[in-house]
Amino acid sequence: MIDHATEPSSQDIVRLESAHKIYQMGMEEVHALAGVSVSFKKGSFWAIMGPSGSGKSTMMNILGCLDRLTSGRYYLDGKDVSQLDDDSLSEFRLRYLGFIFQSFNLIPQLTVQRNIELPLYYLGWDAVESARRAKELAEEVGLGDRLSHRPTELSGGQMQRVAIARALANDPQLIFADEPTGNLDTATGEQILELLDKLNEEGKTIIMVTHEADIADHAQNKLHMKDGLIDRIESNGHATDENH
Amino acid sequence: MQQTRITRNIWLGIENLLLHKLRSFLTMLGVVFGVGSVVAMLSVGEGASKEALEQIRKLGSNNIIVSSTKPVEDEMASTQHSHMSIFGLTYDDYARMMHSYGGIRQTAPVKLMRKDSRLRERAMELRVVGTTPQWFDLVPRDVLAGRVLVPSDQKGLSPVAVLTEFGARKILATENTIGQTITIGGDSFEVVGIVKSEESGQAGNIQIPDQEVDVYIPIEVARQYFGDIFSKRSSGGFEREKVELHQVILQVEDPKRAEATAAAIESMLGRFHKKKDYAISVPLALLKQAEATKRRFNIVLGSIAGISLLVGGIGIMNIMLASVTERTREIGIRRAIGAKRGQIISQFLIETVVLSTMGGLIGLGLGALIPLLITHFSGMATVLTLNGILLPLFISMGIGILFGLYPAMHAARVDPIVALRHE
Repeated sequence: MIDHATEPSSQDIVRLESAHKIYQMGMEEVHALAGVSVSFKKGSFWAIMGPSGSGKSTMMNILGCLDRLTSGRYYLDGKDVSQLDDDSLSEFRLRYLGFIFQSFNLIPQLTVQRNIELPLYYLGWDAVESARRAKELAEEVGLGDRLSHRPTELSGGQMQRVAIARALANDPQLIFADEPTGNLDTATGEQILELLDKLNEEGKTIIMVTHEADIADHAQNKLHMKDGLIDRIESNGHATDENH
Repeated sequence: MQQTRITRNIWLGIENLLLHKLRSFLTMLGVVFGVGSVVAMLSVGEGASKEALEQIRKLGSNNIIVSSTKPVEDEMASTQHSHMSIFGLTYDDYARMMHSYGGIRQTAPVKLMRKDSRLRERAMELRVVGTTPQWFDLVPRDVLAGRVLVPSDQKGLSPVAVLTEFGARKILATENTIGQTITIGGDSFEVVGIVKSEESGQAGNIQIPDQEVDVYIPIEVARQYFGDIFSKRSSGGFEREKVELHQVILQVEDPKRAEATAAAIESMLGRFHKKKDYAISVPLALLKQAEATKRRFNIVLGSIAGISLLVGGIGIMNIMLASVTERTREIGIRRAIGAKRGQIISQFLIETVVLSTMGGLIGLGLGALIPLLITHFSGMATVLTLNGILLPLFISMGIGILFGLYPAMHAARVDPIVALRHE
């Protein structure tokens, strides 16, 4: 097994060291992550690829602080988060991370404004400040006139823009995008990807999970997973086949 | 800042509940009726017991009331003509009661009879109460005009009469009537005063000593003018009774000794009377009894209320659990964004408490309205106490917390990874 993590560096936003995630399925142990070591630099754009069952969802959950490693270490912006309790992980998600999902995951009964304000609510912002920030973000994604609409009144592309605005509300260092174009037509999907590109240019680190190669092409780095391990990493088109 | 955060959370809870108005209303209904029935029952119960306590208080809590009662055998014998039943307390009994017991502060013997009375052109039957000045200490009533009986009336056998407010109004007596002559059973009396009358009524099983149409005269005068033998018109002709004293009211120094003194008097009377032609009642004992009854009543009401509120609470819990399941995805989103378990718990808990408290408030309105209607239509006294309002309200909030906790914790246990895939 080859270590993809270089020497620890303050440039790393994400760093996994021999990360294992083992699920108990009845009598059988499933190694969703079977010892992954990798590090992502700040400001990079990564695509995590692989067939279903390859461990890419688990990878995403671990990196997104939604789940904990069975063994190994995970450093987020230099801090070891592998042994943190639920509340501390929530705190990390709240302050460092933003999420964009395939199915948008907006709260249907809340207006666009309220959906965008959600992270600010948990950050303890007051109502006036939150409203101003929500308006600002909505304008940034081109939905300044839809603040009082409900998600059901929006198109798929608009919903995903709201989700992006929400993911940006807490000014996260790291944005996770889980198949962000999966429910969108090609043209709309392209607009969303352009938005992600723009965010990356502005300095946000983006980790995108996808199984479509042309979508993954937006990323500078592609991480291919297979059977809970890193199959290969492509950087700017140069494949490095590491496992063989 | 903390304050505004709580208010904001409550508003968010209300907003969420308003999204499902019908469901929220139906969920509340259990608590509405629970609290409503508690408030209504408490106020009716409080009213009833207050009325009873008021009546007993009128009897005087230091008093012992010994009354003459017609024995059962005489009741049957009196159907025969020319029979005269002799029963009741005697002047000797009164003397013995007055002198044989320590701790008695005052006593008042009472002779009662009904006589046609006339003041100028107005005539009506009054209840004549022959008694001593002590009566007015034992059954204290406000003096509206003139004076009450005084010791010199007794000694001088003065034919004076004190009217009650109600009786006075019936025969058109006013303040100006003081000094005028009233005819009672054919004899002339001078009106010397008018006292306030209490509504006559029952307290427990004994009659309040005074009535609305009383006229008070010195007992010696009553004895001399009217004697001890009374004729009453009955279905079989005339019925004759010889009763020396109809009532003796005693006032003890120490209310704690009232029951013991009553027992001693009872055993003394038992030695001198062959038949049980007297009855002794102690208002204080009645008071205690009434309070015990009230306590029991409250326990029963409390249990019924408890059950109805429990049912209401379970209803809320049921709907909240369903709501948690329905909102699994929302919980997952909030958790992914960074909400802590505690924040999810408080979100759902606030919703439940808002729901149950709103139910409590509506129930309170309903529960306050019912006693008003009862009082309006049946004349029964109802009392809405502050406790009767606050207690059910706090209980309804408590129910929100108690029955909201489980669904809220259920919500907090939702795994965000699973919840986000939840359809």
